Amino acid sequence: MRLCVLGAGAVGSAVVELAAEHGHVVTAFADSESAAVDADGLDADAVRSKKRDDGVVGEADPGAVFDADYDVLVEATPTTLGDAEPGFSHVERALADDRHVVLANKGPVAERYADLRALEAESEGIVRFGATVGGALPILSTIEDVGPSRVSAVYGVLNGTANFILSRMAAEGLDYEHVLAEAQDLGVAEADPTFDVDGTDTALKGVIVANVLSDGETEFTLDDAEVEGIQELSGSMLDLAQEDGQTIRLIVEVADGAVRVGPRLVPENGAVAPSGTENAVQIEADYCGRLGITGRGAGGPETASAVLTDVERLAD
Amino acid sequence: MSEVHNDVQAYTLRLELVDEPGELLRSLQPIAEHGGNLLSIFHERGNVTPRGYIPVEVDIEATPDRFDNIVEGLSDAGINVIQAGTERYSERLTIILSGHLIETDLSDTLTQIEATRNATVTDISLSAPAGSIDVSSARFQLAAASGATEEVLAAMREIADEKDLQLVEPLTVGGRA
Ligand SMILES: NC(=O)c1ccc[n+]([C@@H]2O[C@H](COP(=O)([O-])OP(=O)(O)OC[C@H]3O[C@@H](n4cnc5c(N)ncnc54)[C@H](OP(=O)(O)O)[C@@H]3O)[C@@H](O)[C@H]2O)c1
Repeated sequence: MRLCVLGAGAVGSAVVELAAEHGHVVTAFADSESAAVDADGLDADAVRSKKRDDGVVGEADPGAVFDADYDVLVEATPTTLGDAEPGFSHVERALADDRHVVLANKGPVAERYADLRALEAESEGIVRFGATVGGALPILSTIEDVGPSRVSAVYGVLNGTANFILSRMAAEGLDYEHVLAEAQDLGVAEADPTFDVDGTDTALKGVIVANVLSDGETEFTLDDAEVEGIQELSGSMLDLAQEDGQTIRLIVEVADGAVRVGPRLVPENGAVAPSGTENAVQIEADYCGRLGITGRGAGGPETASAVLTDVERLAD
Repeated sequence: MSEVHNDVQAYTLRLELVDEPGELLRSLQPIAEHGGNLLSIFHERGNVTPRGYIPVEVDIEATPDRFDNIVEGLSDAGINVIQAGTERYSERLTIILSGHLIETDLSDTLTQIEATRNATVTDISLSAPAGSIDVSSARFQLAAASGATEEVLAAMREIADEKDLQLVEPLTVGGRA
């Protein structure tokens, strides 16, 4: 497939880097201010080092990517709330041109799912978004394979930063502020970790799962989720949990048409108490009972591999 | 299997007592004698059965073996056991509350939890940082009536809200308590 990659951050750059390995070519690549286009395929190393050294990916205007020859638009610009722009307009443009879309950006599927599905229905193109929930973990594809109507509940840990902070607090008996600073030093938490620790990022993923499960019957957005973060937790609360064989994790629960996110008591060595930055999800479905998926969720290459898996599925 | 037999469970006893001083105390003796742990007593004063007895509901914790002995002991003592079973408080829940627990009157918080009638507090563990008058945390072990987990958690949320305490709930989705 020929890919048009929007966004030159951790995810977009990794997609460009790994595309060839998966048998695809990147014909267009853009960041917020520039673009590079080549119908024969861009030189992945060259555009990535240009971005690194000059801060731009090429000399063209970002809008030029839509005139390029491509089969799949890879949307990896920042996730935004509300109107989900600029991602949504990018998707709209690609679908209008009957191209496929693979999202890493959670905004369009979390905040404007119905709009997105309506545009898709009018287009020859298909939208896939496996990378938006749990990065490399096959969560949405498992739900797809089991059949969304057979899934009664999905719950677990979907934010590696919050999970890292809570597992460190539990292991070291330290307070939130202390561990957060440490996580920032290690590069696990971003300079502005708000969405990771206040539950927003986890809730967006829960909302996406809820949209998939409801299969268009009810649309969910962030406003429909009940969200609580981990900022108020103390080391002594984790100690109290531990004395009882439990621990506290930032858990999303999607069940009975509701999305709830908040710190929950869970068995210390249980299925939804992964360590470090790992994610862990349980899917409850007819016939198979409880399916568990645990592993490294986010990260540039991890997320890019999920994007390329979606591209693969479109090629079939 | 011996492991199963050693499991402590919550039981509810419905007793009917003769309306005489000392009867309530007398009914509690077999429970203590046979190793039962008293959780709560619900004494419906003023409510008299058609036969003139006073209904009392007693929640206890015991192993199944001991529970059998308790029921036997009560009958031997001539106390009417109307109902004896696990059905009432069969679900165990752990929650953590944090905030100005002491200032917001911990014993009132407990009373409010007990007042929900669908749950009883079986254990409390308090963690108050030394010398601190502000934030403390406590772990509450609750026994909830079967099927009432959601209702009990909703009541906890209300209590926490009203007292501006932070509540950490157990993960209960998918029928796991
Ligand atoms: N990182 C992960 O592990 C992960 C996992 C799952 C999903 N995601 C999602 O994937 C997306 C990308 O994540 P990331 O970590 O790569 O983000 P990032 O490092 O912040 O990169 C975002 C990129 O988007 C570019 N951009 C912004 N506005 C643009 C526009 N109008 N047109 C074209 N490009 C534009 C930025 O350009 P400049 O370079 O010019 O600023 C930047 O290169 C986000 O939506 C994120 O939520 C990330």
